[in-house]
Amino acid sequence: MIVADRKPFEEILDSIKDYKKIMLMGCGGCVTICFSGGSKAVELLASQIKMAKKKQGKEIEIIECTPERQCEYEFIDACKEQIESTDAILSIACGVGVQTMNERFPDSITLPGQNTKFMGYPVKHALWEERCAGCGDCVLEWTGGLCPIARCAKKLFNGPCGGSSEGICEVDKDTDCVWQLIYDRLKRLNKLDNLLAIRQPRDWRTSTNAGQRKVKFEEAML
Amino acid sequence: MSEFEPKIVAFCCNFCAFAAADLAGAMRLQYSHSVRIIRLPCTGKVDTIHLLKALEDGADGVFVAGCLEGQCHYLEGNLRAKKRVAYAKRLLAEAGIAPERIDMFNLSSAMGGRFAEIVEEMTERITKLGPVYTAKDL
Repeated sequence: MIVADRKPFEEILDSIKDYKKIMLMGCGGCVTICFSGGSKAVELLASQIKMAKKKQGKEIEIIECTPERQCEYEFIDACKEQIESTDAILSIACGVGVQTMNERFPDSITLPGQNTKFMGYPVKHALWEERCAGCGDCVLEWTGGLCPIARCAKKLFNGPCGGSSEGICEVDKDTDCVWQLIYDRLKRLNKLDNLLAIRQPRDWRTSTNAGQRKVKFEEAML
Repeated sequence: MSEFEPKIVAFCCNFCAFAAADLAGAMRLQYSHSVRIIRLPCTGKVDTIHLLKALEDGADGVFVAGCLEGQCHYLEGNLRAKKRVAYAKRLLAEAGIAPERIDMFNLSSAMGGRFAEIVEEMTERITKLGPVYTAKDL
């Protein structure tokens, strides 16, 4: 899932300072699960903004809306009429949601209330860790199911580096060295030979280095 | 100008604070009439939004009163409430409102005197701070 984290409150307040009526839009997808952008987060942020404005002696009207997903027209179109009556939209979905809103409603400005972080999963309740960098050419098959791109600070394909100490990455003492984990896992699976194979240099054009990427499913296209 | 009388909302657990408030009444203890009690099955029912909404819609202070730690009828409802209170305090501070306007207390059903004390303590604190939107909190 996509993990996002709310922007600092001051930054949010500054971005909406010129508006008197806004729509605060959450998303019922990934950001609901990471507690930062679901209907509860919308309620909390709306209340917080209203209190901050009242405290400054100003008024703001906030319409709250949390569609099932903010990244598809079918779900956001339901809010169309309400959007037209507002000065701006503050979105606490991921960056995809914000851009979908801006494309679908070109006459309104949709501002981001979140910093979209990564694709990850909750390693325990309320703690998310990055697991996939969306590099476009998956290597999990030979790394024992552990991603050296998302989880190695240097994105090494031949780790561990000299900064690995007792299984911990030198960049952060709370982060395991993924190459240590890869080695341990391959050993457990009796597949250490995977590390001896000679591999072609990586073609990073599948990642973000060659412009915008697209995925097409020809047979499903209308 | 008339003296400021704060409005304080108290979210009270049915098994301890609410019973303690009842006991305080039976004991004929006097405490400030600033408090409005909301009875809950457990403080674990309190959500952060309830705390914020109370302040947004007219209360000057809010407190949550639950069982003593380790004695929750539902095991950890009061510990969850404690975290939500801490979260609400952080959100308030960001919004420029004194986080002391929200607090959590733990007591047992036998502590009628303590309940009256808590109400007095919160009333004094909020009176000093002043009305939520006109006072210079932070």
